[in-house]
Amino acid sequence: MSENAAERARAKVDAVYRADSRRVLATLIRLLGDFDLAEEALHDAFLAAVEQWPHDGVPANPRAWLVSAGRFKAIDAMRRRARFDASLTQIAEQLETRTADPIDWDDDGVEDDRLRLIFTCCHPALPPDAQVAMTLREVCGLTTEEIARAFLTMPPTVAQRIVRAKAKIRDAGIPYQVPARVDLPYRLDAVLQVIYLAFNEGYSASSGESLTRHDLSGEAIRLGRLLVELLPEPEAAGLLALMLLHESRRTARTSPTGELVLLGEQDRSSWNQAQIAEGSELVARALASRRFGPYTLQAAIAAVHAEAVTAAATDWGQIVGLYDVLARADASAVIELNRAAAVAMRDGPLAGLALIDAILERGDLADYHLAHSARADLCRRLGRVAEARVSYQRALGLVRQEPERRFLERRLRELSEPGPIDRA
Amino acid sequence: MKYLCLIYDEEKKIETMSKSEGDAFMGEYFAFTADIKKSGHYLGGEALQPVQTATTVRVRNGKMSTTDGPFAETKEQLGGFYFITARDLNDALQVASKIPSARLGSVEVRPVVEFEQP
Repeated sequence: MSENAAERARAKVDAVYRADSRRVLATLIRLLGDFDLAEEALHDAFLAAVEQWPHDGVPANPRAWLVSAGRFKAIDAMRRRARFDASLTQIAEQLETRTADPIDWDDDGVEDDRLRLIFTCCHPALPPDAQVAMTLREVCGLTTEEIARAFLTMPPTVAQRIVRAKAKIRDAGIPYQVPARVDLPYRLDAVLQVIYLAFNEGYSASSGESLTRHDLSGEAIRLGRLLVELLPEPEAAGLLALMLLHESRRTARTSPTGELVLLGEQDRSSWNQAQIAEGSELVARALASRRFGPYTLQAAIAAVHAEAVTAAATDWGQIVGLYDVLARADASAVIELNRAAAVAMRDGPLAGLALIDAILERGDLADYHLAHSARADLCRRLGRVAEARVSYQRALGLVRQEPERRFLERRLRELSEPGPIDRA
Repeated sequence: MKYLCLIYDEEKKIETMSKSEGDAFMGEYFAFTADIKKSGHYLGGEALQPVQTATTVRVRNGKMSTTDGPFAETKEQLGGFYFITARDLNDALQVASKIPSARLGSVEVRPVVEFEQP
């Protein structure tokens, strides 16, 4: 083979690694029945490809070649170890006969394997932080260091979570399966929660300097897309829509100096129209299915905002209506708070303030900084400066994120300056 | 795989049941046991006397000490167990979710270590 062709073969290995290594891994886990064994086999298979493809040429079906090579390497490794530990001989033989059927490696089966991998990583028997770490590592192929950076933790902490999760999968007998129809709604919920958690962690980092950790949001969107492709469930489409519609405003929600810009004050021309179009289309499809849930409804609200050419043109009536449906599907104080803010926009600040005060009186959101800042904002609009100041200060005492803190401080300063309201 | 399903109930709740409620609850247990015997999951199971009858034993430096009561005070007490065989955790959780106490208290599902014969 010429130098050029060898170069091309090496480039092909890289491309297949980027595009298909997670698929190959998902199938190897099924064939070998063990995460660690499969990862080792994946590594060995790609090593073999780097050695052989430049000489022998790229195989017709590179993915099938890699699965076959990985399986062979795993059996081989087991045999070698069996020389020191006789109990492994039987395991090696079982592996060889149980996985001999190449029909197991066809493309349909491979897509199922990816779903199996997602549902196994997001199994509710695993602790939530382990579900996220496992999904990002095994399904998305992120390194332990990348996950640690995204979640502002130490790599050894993430590594330990993953080791424990794999041990539980093995020792408790968590099956490598797509759940049965009856279990699907509740198991799908767990998967959607993991994806949305990853997205939010990237979109609005819960603490620290940077407001968006874009890589993680992008990864969550890719994962959401994969899920919609593999499992056409309305709520999966709803979640993807929600993420796309939020992501479309990513550049608009921070100023060049890193300050937070509220929805009403954002430069709408910088919203990503392609993401809005895709998100709105997905929302419409999910709503039409009539089997939608809270993610679809939140996406529908985001779509109403996205459709408004100016902040003043926002259809607040429709937004309040969607919050009403959402509150019935998923009653929570945070949703009530958001509904109150929408009511304030539709019926005036006084109506919103009464609702927020009722929520705060119940004590549900007493420690939630956004409840106090929303209250402060309505008081400010009503000219009740002293009350606004108290609520901004309470919000400041609770806020954890730097840009949000600066935003609240700015608002508080603006209150102190003798403005038109004070003079009136 | 084999799993032990540890059943935790609030004894107070069970004690304060009326006779008809208590009988209905026991009836559910009998029916459940019959079901998992038929499905082949059942390996064994017992209900335990209340927690006041518990004694905890320790041996330290060759000396035995006994104390009244369970190791830890909790709101829910171990009240019984089923020992089952299941295809995998999902199958075991399905079985555990049908134990009548899963509705009132909780059921801890623990896989059993299967030692290889030396």
